[in-house]
Amino acid sequence: MAFKPIATTRSAAGILTAKLAVWWLLASEVVIFGGVLASYIMHRIGHPEWAHYAVHTNTLAGGTNTFVLLTSSLSAVLAHRAAQLKDGATAAKLLLATVGGGGIFLVIKSFEWANEIKHGYTISANPFWSFYYTAAGIHGLHVIAGMTLMLWVANDARKNQELHRVELVGIYWHFVDLVWIFLFPLLYIAK
Amino acid sequence: MSDHTHDSHGHAAHAHGDHEEHVHEVSHYVKVWGALVVLFLISVAGPMVGIKILTLITAFGIAIVQASMVVKFFMHLDIEKRYVHYFLATSLMFMFLFFAGVSPDVMKHHGTNWTNVSALETKARIEAEAAAGTLEHHGGEGEHAAPAEGHAPAEGHAPAGEHAPAPEGQAPAEGH
Repeated sequence: MAFKPIATTRSAAGILTAKLAVWWLLASEVVIFGGVLASYIMHRIGHPEWAHYAVHTNTLAGGTNTFVLLTSSLSAVLAHRAAQLKDGATAAKLLLATVGGGGIFLVIKSFEWANEIKHGYTISANPFWSFYYTAAGIHGLHVIAGMTLMLWVANDARKNQELHRVELVGIYWHFVDLVWIFLFPLLYIAK
Repeated sequence: MSDHTHDSHGHAAHAHGDHEEHVHEVSHYVKVWGALVVLFLISVAGPMVGIKILTLITAFGIAIVQASMVVKFFMHLDIEKRYVHYFLATSLMFMFLFFAGVSPDVMKHHGTNWTNVSALETKARIEAEAAAGTLEHHGGEGEHAAPAEGHAPAEGHAPAGEHAPAPEGQAPAEGH
């Protein structure tokens, strides 16, 4: 079997270079989402009257999406497990299931947003809705990015190639899930 | 090729190449997922009790527990190099630093030698409108308000930009 001459591990880092890059990316994401969430929290505390607006977010849609993302994280980690066992075909299928979860999330989100916009709750209606659309919108873009990357990785995985990437894209997906775990109570539960 | 052995914790030691990594059983991950779903259901049920502090605990306390579980069991950060923990923690510290630096100005509407007139007026207006049942939920920020069909504020509603409370006896806006 021929090996491609790619430096995947550096002695100074002690871990896969690509994995280090993913963790580094997530560290920057913590600052991005952390800034948005911290801003929202301080405004929510400073403006208790926002509760009058928050009452109109759709808890059923948000809750369903939380369940979908938690379940997609399960399929992502099972894909990682399959990759550890060198079972690329199973890993690819599980990654596709994860992409399916992301798709369901986006479909629910689009119906939810369409309904809210129809009722006049637009991004420029007031600061609460501005935060709502900004935070959930940035998160949605990350879901789309994760789905795209996962399709790419799944395509290699089904051929038993670059299986280490299954874990890397999984770590990214779990982070997207993790952000939603905080967005859900902030936007849908705290009313 | 791969070689699998199982230990007493349901792990399969999977040896390949120059290192060995532990492969958890499928049931391990399903149990973690089950616990996450149960916690999620509790967080949804929390507000139904109607006790504010309980809602905060079930919403945000559980979110922190769920996040810890995802980080540990799904992202496997617990077995990652220590320095990865450090630079993730550094990012979090920046978030808290931002919060600590900015929140005193945002969370309060007045202090020594300053008053956030706009925030106070908006707060008073929203509360007055809510009390009168005329809160323009979709607008509320003056010229930015864009009433949608069937959700226009009732006639005679004072322009939001003027921060005036709605007249008494005004019919509530439709919907919401």
